[in-house]
Amino acid sequence: MDFSLTAEEQAFEKELEVFFEAEMKNAPPEFAGGLEGIYANEEGNNFHKYMAKRLGEKGWIAHAWPKQYGGMEATIMEQMIFDEVRGRYGAPGIDAFGVGMFAPTLLVGATEEQKERLLPPIAKGEVFYCQGWSEPDAGSDLASVTTLAIRDGDHFIVNGQKTWTTGGHYSDHMFLLARTDSDSKRGKGLSVFNVDMSLPGIEVRPLLYMDGNHIYNEVYFKDVKLPAYDLIGEEGKGWDLTRQTMNFERSGQGAYAGMRVIVDELIGYMKNTKRGGKSLADDPINRKKIAQLIIDCEMGTTLGYKIGWYQSKNDAMNIIWSASSSKLLATELAQRLSQYATEIMGSYGQMEDDPEAPMGGHMANLYQFCKGMTIYAGTNEIQRNLIAWVGLGLPRLKFKP
Amino acid sequence: MDLDFNKEQEMLRKSVAEFLSKECPFDDVRELEDSEKGYSPALWKKMAQLGWMEACFPETYGGYGESFFDIIIIMEEIGKKAYPSPFFSTVVLCGQTILEAGSEKQKKDLLGKIAAGKLIMALAQQEVDASFEPADVSMPAELSGDQYVLNGTKMFVQDANVADKLIVAARSSEGVTLFLVDAKDPGISCRKLNTIGKDNICRVDFKDVKVSKDDLIGDDGKGVDILEKMSQRAVVAKCAEMVGGAQESLEMTVSYSKQREQYGTPIGGFQIMQHYMADMKIAYETCANYLYQVAWMVDEGKATVLATSALKAEVSRQYKFITEKGVQIHGGIGTTREFNIGLFYRRAKAFEYVLGDADYHTEKIAQAAGM
Repeated sequence: MDFSLTAEEQAFEKELEVFFEAEMKNAPPEFAGGLEGIYANEEGNNFHKYMAKRLGEKGWIAHAWPKQYGGMEATIMEQMIFDEVRGRYGAPGIDAFGVGMFAPTLLVGATEEQKERLLPPIAKGEVFYCQGWSEPDAGSDLASVTTLAIRDGDHFIVNGQKTWTTGGHYSDHMFLLARTDSDSKRGKGLSVFNVDMSLPGIEVRPLLYMDGNHIYNEVYFKDVKLPAYDLIGEEGKGWDLTRQTMNFERSGQGAYAGMRVIVDELIGYMKNTKRGGKSLADDPINRKKIAQLIIDCEMGTTLGYKIGWYQSKNDAMNIIWSASSSKLLATELAQRLSQYATEIMGSYGQMEDDPEAPMGGHMANLYQFCKGMTIYAGTNEIQRNLIAWVGLGLPRLKFKP
Repeated sequence: MDLDFNKEQEMLRKSVAEFLSKECPFDDVRELEDSEKGYSPALWKKMAQLGWMEACFPETYGGYGESFFDIIIIMEEIGKKAYPSPFFSTVVLCGQTILEAGSEKQKKDLLGKIAAGKLIMALAQQEVDASFEPADVSMPAELSGDQYVLNGTKMFVQDANVADKLIVAARSSEGVTLFLVDAKDPGISCRKLNTIGKDNICRVDFKDVKVSKDDLIGDDGKGVDILEKMSQRAVVAKCAEMVGGAQESLEMTVSYSKQREQYGTPIGGFQIMQHYMADMKIAYETCANYLYQVAWMVDEGKATVLATSALKAEVSRQYKFITEKGVQIHGGIGTTREFNIGLFYRRAKAFEYVLGDADYHTEKIAQAAGM
């Protein structure tokens, strides 16, 4: 049992700290980080794209990939250090969809030609993706998607609607899950495509969040002509590929490091703020709340190491339940953090990005945005099912509608 | 980073687990709980023969211990089997105190005897106000000639009823000081309290108990410092016992839910049960992994108050959560004396009080975070 970092790993951590310290000076004022920071406005998205280019130059986007596709074959440990330091600085620049999900999918399921064509622009931070999975009638039950992509010679003709498309309004490409066999049901007859968002017939409409921010979209396809060379993997085998992609979606350490920094900011605010003549930091209820947040960050970080450990050993079953656990912990912690912060702030807790808001109003924003976190990327109820089935071997009862 | 146990550690775990499964099944645990002594002297001897106590001390003092993880592994397995014995009091609370601050002579003599299974000890710190804080010790130790005289009451002293010697924290003119006292001293009276853990928690009264100056553990007035340093290690060991109990509780609950049928199907197939158990698993896994990280910090001499307090606070909270849901999933049968989950439900509450409860440790975390 040894939790230490090697000298090389410590040096890498230091190098990253120096890099992010310098680069974060280029952030727009009041940059919020997270999905809101990079998709809700032009300045934030420009900074995201700028940072992606810088990370691409450093080779840190394709860090873990094989050398032949421009990667550096970084170890899991190095990737975790990268995630943790990036999280600590709240830095954007890693496209959660292109880099986090589609690239690993390409690595396992694409042809050589596709890998050579599609991976380098992702590695350089030049191309950004969105995810074409959810539909109005296919959320948690993703296998019931109905968007059709019907073969027509060397093309597929796409018709249908996708929704909850995060960042679709700023994306160059989408990875699309669609039904290529119109008679098929559920997981059979689905296929995955790389879609150029500028193709005729694609319309992106904003799906505004409750606070009015534009992060999500609806994407409509009307007779969109996809070239057949952008079919990823075998026709009709898209569900297997998508299930692998889901596991890429659920890792994501770094969240805890980011929240730990916010807790420290919150402590700073409390020490400098008095109510009824007393420092907020001296209130025993506040102290207990802060301590619980610190405990949760500590526990989550260590669980992150364990997930990395399972990943480094390709321990598939343990990766699934532990990654589900971490998604659950991190998102429920984000909700607790924003809840506690807005409680501690008293009436100021309701202020969004207002000049008089404590901590830039980010906590009031997070309070709203984080409600989506326990729903997106596999609801926390679905994650609990997975933990029960895969992690505990509990029986999976069949629904009898 | 290497997050696996090594071969020797796996072997130690296997041997402790096999011994306890064979020698002290849960029915025997219930019998021991109801017995006057609260533990089995015959098994205590066997534990010593197997080298459990030796594993906890360095070679110079009669042991062969190399890593703090040996204690962690033994405590985890003890926790899994809900095994009652004065191991924690003797080896961890008192043994680590002596190791921390005892004179060379005390270490050789006392630790050697503990390692050989020939000495049982108990630590008397808390008083009637039930403060966990070593600095709140107020029982007087008055210097009279070349000896100290102890008068007063100590509460929640585990295993005082079976101990040969006590380490008593009392206040001299120099401050809190640790005294080595013969448990059979005529000035000492001991009453075993009826507690939720049925685990030898005692009240001990001292009337003119005389202690020679040679029987101080550490310097006069240095007791708070010694106890705090010892607690840094002991609290992690206690958490190992709790994490072991949490693991067993989770496993027995999952297994029960796969067998127990209602509406023609195992109850473990119902989503509400699955979600309870998923939460129990997350609670157990996060606590276990954090335990190992903090134990590693202790081994490396890098343990912080924030880390050890975060561990105890969270393990206290989650062990209760896991056992509470464990009983719930068992249903009515889980509330009976006959069923094993109740052993753990009670221990989760009893162990919460050992070396500070969650409220005590959350306050420590707040202080460590600069508040």
